[in-house]
Amino acid sequence: MSVLAVEHLRVEFGTENGPVIAVKDVSFKLEKGEILSLVGESGCGKSTVAMSIPRLLGDSNVTLGGSVRLNGVDLSAFSEKRMQAVRGKEISVVFQEPMTSLNPAYTVGSQISEVLLRHEGLSRRAALARAVELLELVGIPDAQRRIAAFPHELSGGMRQRVMIAIAVACDPLVLIADEPTTALDVTIQAGVLDIFRRLRDNLGTSIVLITHDLGVVADIADRVAIMYAGRIVEMAPTVAIFAAPTHPYTRGLLGALPSRAVMQTDGRRRLTDIPGLVPSPSTDPDECQFAPRCASASGACTAARPAADLVAVGHSVSCYHPAVGAML
Amino acid sequence: MSQKTITSKLKAASSTPRPRWQRVARRFGRRPMAVTGLILVVSFVLFALLGPILLTDPNQQDFTAILQTPSFAHLLGTDDLGRDVFARIANGARVSLMAGVMSTALALIIGISIGLITGFYRGWVDVVVMRIVDVMLAFPFLIFAVGLAAILGASLTNVIIALAVSQVPEVIRIARGEAMAIREQEFVRGAVADGARDATIMFRYIAPNAMGAFIVQATVSIPAAIIGESTLSFLGLGVQPPMSSWGIMLTSAQQYLAQAPYLALFPGIAIALTALGFNLLGDGLRDVLDPKETR
Amino acid sequence: MLQQVITSIVTLFLASIVVFVGVRLLPGDPALVLAGETADPAVVAAIREQFGLNQPIWIQYFNYVGQALQGNFGVSTRDRIPVAEILLQRLPITLELAGLAILVGVLIGLTAGIVSAVKRGSFADYAANVFGLIGLSVPHFWLGMLAILFFAINLQILPASGYVAFTEDPAENLRRMILPALVLGTGLSAVLMRQTRAALLGQLSADYVRTARSKGVSRSREVKHALRNSLTTVVTVLGLQLGALIGGAIITEQIFVIPGFGKLIIDAVSARNYPVLQGAVLVAVTGYVLVNLAVDIAYAYLNPRMRLAGGAR
Repeated sequence: MSVLAVEHLRVEFGTENGPVIAVKDVSFKLEKGEILSLVGESGCGKSTVAMSIPRLLGDSNVTLGGSVRLNGVDLSAFSEKRMQAVRGKEISVVFQEPMTSLNPAYTVGSQISEVLLRHEGLSRRAALARAVELLELVGIPDAQRRIAAFPHELSGGMRQRVMIAIAVACDPLVLIADEPTTALDVTIQAGVLDIFRRLRDNLGTSIVLITHDLGVVADIADRVAIMYAGRIVEMAPTVAIFAAPTHPYTRGLLGALPSRAVMQTDGRRRLTDIPGLVPSPSTDPDECQFAPRCASASGACTAARPAADLVAVGHSVSCYHPAVGAML
Repeated sequence: MSQKTITSKLKAASSTPRPRWQRVARRFGRRPMAVTGLILVVSFVLFALLGPILLTDPNQQDFTAILQTPSFAHLLGTDDLGRDVFARIANGARVSLMAGVMSTALALIIGISIGLITGFYRGWVDVVVMRIVDVMLAFPFLIFAVGLAAILGASLTNVIIALAVSQVPEVIRIARGEAMAIREQEFVRGAVADGARDATIMFRYIAPNAMGAFIVQATVSIPAAIIGESTLSFLGLGVQPPMSSWGIMLTSAQQYLAQAPYLALFPGIAIALTALGFNLLGDGLRDVLDPKETR
Repeated sequence: MLQQVITSIVTLFLASIVVFVGVRLLPGDPALVLAGETADPAVVAAIREQFGLNQPIWIQYFNYVGQALQGNFGVSTRDRIPVAEILLQRLPITLELAGLAILVGVLIGLTAGIVSAVKRGSFADYAANVFGLIGLSVPHFWLGMLAILFFAINLQILPASGYVAFTEDPAENLRRMILPALVLGTGLSAVLMRQTRAALLGQLSADYVRTARSKGVSRSREVKHALRNSLTTVVTVLGLQLGALIGGAIITEQIFVIPGFGKLIIDAVSARNYPVLQGAVLVAVTGYVLVNLAVDIAYAYLNPRMRLAGGAR
């Protein structure tokens, strides 16, 4: 049984200007000790998927559809109260913004302790001792002293480590990391990714990693799901995605990698853009939403939505005109 | 940002920008509370301007009709001298309008000028002015106003001066803050680099861009001045009888609280509705004009 | 922190000059008031001499401040009672009124602000907002009159005016303080409610609250996280509102005939009782400045970021 199984997830926001269907239909499974990366442009719904798994979208004007199963148990039937017992314990989250994700008014120690007090029933003293261990685990030197520090006394990288310490405090089954390295310097990014890798290796934590950084994906992910306009358009082992990208959109994304970028006359490196606009998220027509931007689009693409097809073992793609072979 | 980051350059086509005031008006119109405030304020102004013309003489005494409850002859009743309460409220509205608008205008003119100059030049001028502002702010508003009114003597003009001076420090602080923030912005630096004169920069570039803050301040200041006028008059330090003011009407109503409670009711409702109107209008304008509040 | 203390002292020094000069600027001659309007010129001259009123104003000022720092504020022109004695007698009354009003204001304002922010868009939020706007728009003195009309004249359950010392009869003292405290506290609670709501709403949508939720804590703990960061706003507002509270106390004491500081100041203005006026305003301003200094210091303890920056903004 998969640790996490997301089935036909649909997320709709009610806004002043009508509904926004941020996630239209997303399904995926996550195995124990696996790192799955959700990749896509901003606005494709990847962060919304991440936040809807532990139901952190909060707002009353959100409509959730589909189901999220944790070890086979359907969480969508859970009350808010029961969900609270899951959050931070079985499913925990690392957010994108380390500078603002910690409460400026409380010490690092008390913020790590909070989750231990909530779920592990530790005494205050035991929780603080465990917090020191956790800080050491995520590679913060002088943990004994840092435990009394306030967030503003730490660098961005340090704060993100604290966030990770909070997230892993109760040995979660699933860790959701929403762009955990985006706000960090390149040198610090590698260290943070290292922590994830060690967690997976030592504790068998399953990780959903949201990113738009293909470098991070190549570095750490076992499997990749490419999202476009609220749907997964291609899902494959990381090696396969880079070796044989099949969906035209995936190929476009890889083409946009700076390593394949074209030198401009002004001497600046320019990313090769995918032409066209991201479709409006307010409708969900029965067609391939990438078609208007796709070079290989045909009449079939706008007649009906392509279903996911297996092109290789563990490699599915939703496209009538899948490309074959490696990219040039 | 990472070297390997995919930067999506796709941007949704933005609709052609409308003139700013039109956008502001449209957003304002969508707020029922703000529109209610605007209606209350406009009614108050019209009432203050037209009421005294259309109604009977507010000082007309009629000793055959003393302390009469509201009737068709006297819509809001008569007071202890048989004067028509409605007419006196209309006249009081005019006094309130004058006190509110004129003291605020005076405070804004003085405060904005000083604030822009100190915020623009900084240096010792700024230090001296801010020290003075601190000292003025060390006095609670009403004590300051009472003191000034007592020194100047009780009259409408002096009330207006007292209220204006009491409000100046706050306006200086706001204008100074705006000037300091705006002068660092690109377009102002550009103008400085182009050799624009200081006065031009202050009043052509900085002042118009701080207008939102000043308008909001005015909507806070006017009701404060209206309540201030009625309070000073209530204490006998403001407008003097037989001139009518909402504060004076309430002073005399105090003596007849048990016999004629309506005498205390109507002027108070007039003050509350007027202040409410300005507060609603100010809340609405703040939401619409201040981008920080309207994410 | 030290810098704030020095700034406050300088402000107080300058404010004392303003008070001194302001009182001299009031129409009328203090010597004449002391002597009585009909006194003959020789008596007036003698009084001038006796009180040093014929000396240059700056010497008079330093004499006054020197004496005031030792607790001597001169004598009341009405009954020759030392001003310090009068101030000591009246101050506790106003402090009690203000304390009760702050209690009312904080209880109502903070509660309403929290409920309204947490239950945003609910009927409670709507009601709190209407209350806040009305509380902001109604002048103290009218609210006082309405309270007297309703509770004292119509229902006849509370006295309309008058004061009984707490030491004399605690129950009666509180019974007579209820209405004034409610009237004075309403305006404060309206402002506090609005500011608390705005601050808390801002904090509730902060990233760290989402972090707290991701830890699986209850809604009330989420609110606690946000509230902790809203407290600086609340404390600041309280400090700034003290000015309005002093102004409100003047009016409230006038209406409910409470012999406190506010009534003392107004009576002194109309009786041209210069020494009393001067002393009372000086003490009020000093209190106001000191409380705001205390607020600045409290700030540093509520906001760890400032504690490190040495309390400087």
